Amino acid sequence: MAETGRLTATSARTIPGIGTVTLLRIAIIAVALLVWELLSASGWLYKDVVPSLIAIAKALFNLLTTRVMACRADIALTDAIHLRWELWMPEFYCHLGRTAREIGLALFIGGGLGLLIGLVLGANRFLSRAFEPIVYYLGPTPKIIFFPLMIMWFGLGPGSKIAMGAISCFFPVALSAAAGVRQIDKVLIRVGKSFRANAWQTTTKIYLPAMRAAIINGLRLGLGIALIGTLLAETKLSNFGIGSLIIQAYSLFDMPRMYATLIVLFVLAIGANSLISRMGHIDPIRSR
Amino acid sequence: MAADGNAGWQKYGPAIVGCTVIAAAIAIIELLIRVDLISRFVMPMPSEIAVSFERIIVEENIPRRFLLTAGECLGAGILVTLVGISLGALLHRLPLLRQATETWVGALAAAPTVLMYPLFMVIFGRNATTIIMMGFAAGLAPVILKTVEGLSGARRVLINVGRSFNLTDRQLFWKILLPAALPTIFVGIRLGLIFALINVVGVEFLINFGGLGQLVSELAERYDLPGTYATICFVILISVLFFMAMEKAERWLRPGA
Repeated sequence: MAETGRLTATSARTIPGIGTVTLLRIAIIAVALLVWELLSASGWLYKDVVPSLIAIAKALFNLLTTRVMACRADIALTDAIHLRWELWMPEFYCHLGRTAREIGLALFIGGGLGLLIGLVLGANRFLSRAFEPIVYYLGPTPKIIFFPLMIMWFGLGPGSKIAMGAISCFFPVALSAAAGVRQIDKVLIRVGKSFRANAWQTTTKIYLPAMRAAIINGLRLGLGIALIGTLLAETKLSNFGIGSLIIQAYSLFDMPRMYATLIVLFVLAIGANSLISRMGHIDPIRSR
Repeated sequence: MAADGNAGWQKYGPAIVGCTVIAAAIAIIELLIRVDLISRFVMPMPSEIAVSFERIIVEENIPRRFLLTAGECLGAGILVTLVGISLGALLHRLPLLRQATETWVGALAAAPTVLMYPLFMVIFGRNATTIIMMGFAAGLAPVILKTVEGLSGARRVLINVGRSFNLTDRQLFWKILLPAALPTIFVGIRLGLIFALINVVGVEFLINFGGLGQLVSELAERYDLPGTYATICFVILISVLFFMAMEKAERWLRPGA
């Protein structure tokens, strides 16, 4: 009975607590929006640097709904489907699709290679000591400076952007996978050996399931960094993709559109990050 | 003797193998370029890159550019440290505010803030302030999060000792909480400075302004391939040395970690 009483008391205290936090969040957002709107109306900053919230909302609506024939070069479908697609699809989604494909391929190539190298480095102590320091110390270097080389190697098209994303995400995935292999309970590996599992069976039945959290965490970090690498490359040199939309808005000084694009991009990036974290039951705040 | 040799191999063998493989890879690339299997218009010979190091250091004034980039990193680092620790301490002091905003700070850490550089260019102009502010924006979240973590992780017994001496809240913070949290805060500062360095060089490259990042962009636009490769190697070297120095400082602060 005493335990029940304590539990009831705790939950009774917690529910108003949640309410207070939510209220505080709403208050913070409301104050921030109010300050923004006042700043916008005050004229203290350069005109249009802080556009009104209504202008940003309008730009957001236009961004997500305006249909422009802009994706012709980008979609390899038959002409009939092609035309229908162009008429139906707002311009933004064509750019989003292009960026998503580039990031997906970058993650597949860079993440796949990273996983493979990470498994080898994690499983072999000698190779780990020989090559892991190189991967470890190259990891935190600014990858965008490789972009001129990627243009030389892979051209001006999507290839160089995919390569940028792949290089960016290779390092966190490799390091996370190597650390994940080393954290596997040795008993599991001995059990595999006692069942005479070959290398493929050991990898697929023991290593990969046992290091699920490490792989997902590596992919989460890899996705974030691949996204940055790909989009930065798009801002530097591209006519397609979300990065190019941001730089187009900058060139035209269309600030509401730039804010709108950044808002959508941040929501998508943070959402993808949270989704992958949930898949691996990872706290995205603590695991960076 | 054999045991000594074995121990020596155990100790230095991996490093020797690692360096040998890198040297062999460089030699193979040189050979492939010399026999025209790799186009020298896409990739210059490693020997040309090595020779161009002296040229870029003298002609492109690398020391001045390095100091410029280092100054921008220092500016961003100071801002990240001061603002990050202050905000972290504020969130620790106000638990309700912490509950309301900690997930937002976490989301900021996951957000691609560097993509806001066109916005920062509009606000601050195409100058060093934009670069410093971009470094600051990228490095802020880890310092806040680690400061909160460090202050919250201070041992209860230390706080109780402080209270038994009737320390005021201010004294408790400066004399007990902050020193106890310093090793964890430094982890955040290290991460923040690394993010700041990456973003400073990256934004220099993207907006074609400043020190080393701009040099990479400039040399690539001039199609000076050996110079571009040499500058990239130089930037990598600087980043690795910076990262190693930060690690050493962290080990000094957290000997048991």
